[in-house]
Amino acid sequence: MTTTTLDTVSTGAPTVFTQAHLGWNAWIEPVAEDALTERQKDGLVDIARAKSPYFRLLAHDPDILKTRTLADKDIFYNTKEGLPRAERELAAAAVSRSNGCIYCASVHARFATTFSKRHDDVQRLLDEGVGADIDPLWNAIIEASVALTATPIAFGPQHVATLRDLGLGDLAIADLIHSAAFFNWANRLMLSLGEPEQAA
Amino acid sequence: MTIETTPDVLDTLVGVVPGTGLDRLRRERPVTRLNIQASYEALFAVGDQGGVSQSERLALALFVTLLHGDVSGAAHYGVLLKEQPGGLALAEAIAGQAQAARTAGPYGAYPAGPLSVEDVAGPIFSVEGADKDVLGQRLAALLAHAHLLVFHPRDAQPAALAALQAAGWSTPEIVTVSQIVAFLSFQIRAAHGLRLLSA
Repeated sequence: MTTTTLDTVSTGAPTVFTQAHLGWNAWIEPVAEDALTERQKDGLVDIARAKSPYFRLLAHDPDILKTRTLADKDIFYNTKEGLPRAERELAAAAVSRSNGCIYCASVHARFATTFSKRHDDVQRLLDEGVGADIDPLWNAIIEASVALTATPIAFGPQHVATLRDLGLGDLAIADLIHSAAFFNWANRLMLSLGEPEQAA
Repeated sequence: MTIETTPDVLDTLVGVVPGTGLDRLRRERPVTRLNIQASYEALFAVGDQGGVSQSERLALALFVTLLHGDVSGAAHYGVLLKEQPGGLALAEAIAGQAQAARTAGPYGAYPAGPLSVEDVAGPIFSVEGADKDVLGQRLAALLAHAHLLVFHPRDAQPAALAALQAAGWSTPEIVTVSQIVAFLSFQIRAAHGLRLLSA
């Protein structure tokens, strides 16, 4: 640990929510890429993540990094039945918009656009906030995600009933719960261990 | 019991009854189910590995679950904390502090600019009074940081990590305790949501 790391001031921190690619800088020292142990590399799961200061910082505790990464990938990528990928990403973006994680919102708004092909609707969530009136299903997904993000938690039977009325089965609703809950995990790490910067 | 019928910790917190619809629903996502349990074990079944003691892990978990008003989570971590040496006194101090610290989130400030109109002010928590001695400097600093992460994470600044360092927390330990608060933010919400699905 060096004080220089903590004194580093980012010059290009984004001040709006965006779908653009952002960088992220750690406030405390990540494990150096050439100093990663085998156990830490294993914790990264995908070795390409060794390029990321965020994942190399989390590599200080490789066991939880590994299990968290495997849970993350299954919660978002396993679309065997259940909620489509676009709506999982929408939930992640909505949680990030609610907590105020500009970096997480940028990544998952981009993914929501990729899978839904609805760039402008996703942008409205970012620009107008979680109260944006998009369409009944997306509104319900955003509302449920935001209610689950509040502390104390505001997610209630009325959210489940609305989602069921819109045709979501219980597996899809469970997928939504996992996606939104997971971004309450991710946002807290990204917001508290470093900060985003605009790509040059 | 076989692997197939053994409830995991999330099942216990939710109150999943083996063989019911909710049990089957969780088993539709076996990789998620397995790794949520493995994440719990990586944080709470490793003893004093990595410099963060078992008492510190459980004290933090009790505080975070109490801040959420999460009855089943607080009972789970509270029982485990009380089994630790000195755990009873810690649990009592944490219960008192959590009561004083509870508020509503997420609030906080954005980087100065167009989003500043969305800034929401809220309390900044620190441990005061006699509990400072019961908890010690290290744990008192940790609870202040946990409150920031639970209720107003967008207020986080490098100074918050500097405060942890000043109280004796190393970089790997800061990563571990951040993961604990963040994991619990997930676990509490997953349990809450799944519980409603079974209703």
